[in-house]
Amino acid sequence: MTSEAQPNAESQPTRDTHASKGTIRVLQLYPREMNIYGDWGNALVLKQRITWHGYTPELLEYNVGDEFPDNVDIIVGGGGQDSGQLVIQDDLQARGQQLKQLADEGAPMLVICGLYQLFGKFFKTSTGPVIPGIGILDVETHGTDERLIGNVTMKSAEFGDILGYENHSGQTTLGPGVEPLGTVTKGAGNNSKDGHEGARYNNVVASYLHGSLLPKNPAIADFLIRTAAERKFGSFVPGTPDDDYARLAREHAARRPR
Amino acid sequence: MLSFSVPLGKLVRTLSRLRGGGSAFPGLVVEKIDPGFMQRTLASLPLGVAVVSGTNGKTTTTKMVVELLESQGLKVFTNRSGSNFTRGVAASLLGEVDWRGRLHADIAILELDEAHAVHFVNKVEPRYSLLLNVLRDQLDRFGEIDKTARLLEHIASKTTQTVVLNREDPRVARIATAINTLDAVHHPEIRYFGLDESLRSTFPNDDEMRTTGIGPSPSGTSVAAETGEDVTLPAADVVLRRVGAQDADFEFDGETVTTTMKLRGVYNIFNAAAALSLARSVLGTGPVDTPKLVKALGEVAPAFGRGESLTVDGQPLELVLVKNPSGFRLGLKSFPAGGYATMIAINDNYADGRDMSWLWDVEFDSLREDGVEVLTGVRAYDMALRLQYDDVPFGTVEPDITAALRTFIDGSRGKPKRVFCTYTSMLAIRRELAKITIVEVVS
Repeated sequence: MTSEAQPNAESQPTRDTHASKGTIRVLQLYPREMNIYGDWGNALVLKQRITWHGYTPELLEYNVGDEFPDNVDIIVGGGGQDSGQLVIQDDLQARGQQLKQLADEGAPMLVICGLYQLFGKFFKTSTGPVIPGIGILDVETHGTDERLIGNVTMKSAEFGDILGYENHSGQTTLGPGVEPLGTVTKGAGNNSKDGHEGARYNNVVASYLHGSLLPKNPAIADFLIRTAAERKFGSFVPGTPDDDYARLAREHAARRPR
Repeated sequence: MLSFSVPLGKLVRTLSRLRGGGSAFPGLVVEKIDPGFMQRTLASLPLGVAVVSGTNGKTTTTKMVVELLESQGLKVFTNRSGSNFTRGVAASLLGEVDWRGRLHADIAILELDEAHAVHFVNKVEPRYSLLLNVLRDQLDRFGEIDKTARLLEHIASKTTQTVVLNREDPRVARIATAINTLDAVHHPEIRYFGLDESLRSTFPNDDEMRTTGIGPSPSGTSVAAETGEDVTLPAADVVLRRVGAQDADFEFDGETVTTTMKLRGVYNIFNAAAALSLARSVLGTGPVDTPKLVKALGEVAPAFGRGESLTVDGQPLELVLVKNPSGFRLGLKSFPAGGYATMIAINDNYADGRDMSWLWDVEFDSLREDGVEVLTGVRAYDMALRLQYDDVPFGTVEPDITAALRTFIDGSRGKPKRVFCTYTSMLAIRRELAKITIVEVVS
């Protein structure tokens, strides 16, 4: 290699931009209030896998009172304490129409636990008050005194086996406007009787599963990235992420008791 | 009352020890045949009972309180680590009482798990309680951290004389408000232990974890300082002013005292301030030999697995217990990786926390430069996946702890070693290490 071809520190970013297949903007919804049990893991996995697929990630966050960013390609949201849900409630209502429009247009989104519930029609708490949702998902949630806790495995025609960990006392029932994400083979899922977990609408994936969900379920992460790339660039040219450790972690996790 | 229960319980204890059985089983037996045993025995103590609870640091702090009070000539009963629930207390008592059921001690200092402490204080009202912190620990057990805070509040409400609170943890400090609304008869005195402003940034808190977009923040300030609310903190009985390489400054009674410390890790030393405040509460207005108290503080060694150092092949091997995201982050911050060979052991048994999500709330950047030699435990591959996403290089991944430990020791001869481990993996590692080096027996 001649000294001319040797990239110096200044030319490095330029070269990266040329190599990138384009920028994908990932928005975290309410990371300040709705970020518990490893929700950061989902954002981190998207950031890294976007890079590994040859695109450039840009991580954004939206918190209560912020200006909502334009040109968002993927939206992720997590769970929170009951207190966190109360804090974001009004702001979420104010953004509800905007988020619903994005979902209806096909924007890929991942919502876990607390924001899964609030993306539905309502959450009726066990003590009485009803927290309105934003109605993107045709689901309703009723608070109970029973906490559904433990490892979960499920089968999904779209993503194969999905593994994670549930921890919720709200029980969610699905209406005709959504499909379940999968059929539970270990654990409870949406509620203690229906045998299914999560919800699918358009390109929205909703689930109770922590773990975090995306690290051990890269198929879901890649679905979100592929959908974002296809909507933005017309096509998705995948890279070759090394998923050996994800596969091994899945094998070992699947053997763990409930 | 002279009953059968104590001799029978002690007999069961002896037999189950011979079998190598569980430490709580004799407690179960005595609870069944003599339900009043624990209350009756503890009620006889002249200085009553003090409960230590919170998410992180209970074991080391309890040990410190015991040693501080012993330095003042008190005879102290305490429960063994790993038996921090009611039945475990009963079992520990059986080991200490004489055959007539009398406990020869001035005071009981009990480490109690938050949830079990609630059952305990409903049976035995403590005279003192020390509430350390509320962090995200094993949320699969307690549900949510706000709920854990309510458990601690219940402990405080049952305390008859003095409640010692962490001024820097907003969820703990807030307990004072609840206590102050109790009627005057049940109104314990509130004391605080606190940190110098210059040290606050070294303590991440859980709320802080949610405020940064680019991953969990390695540092933080108290919520009070951050939001600007409640900026005037209450005066503290003991304040940790400074932490040096081998010493620390504590301020109490208007004076600052410098002492060398055997403890390592700033969070351990903050717990020393907590222990000092509880000990001062117990000693009350009586004569206190302050030089002896400070000397005892400096000599407290870490509890097992809390930064304790063993020797393997003439090199130190440190065990750092990690139970939750903030504990892991503090561990990484307190024990820098440079020059050390590192192993991480992650199990997911009940005592470890079943949900692996917590690993994703810890940032592992500080290990990137030196890498991690060995990953082990039931969830070794979850840890491998976690490090892969933080671009941290690692060597062997071997879920079997015995094999992994051998690989680790053989592969890093001549280097100091450090193992970050969850609770049950630490027990397994100690069992293995006991075969090759001197390890304090923990029962």
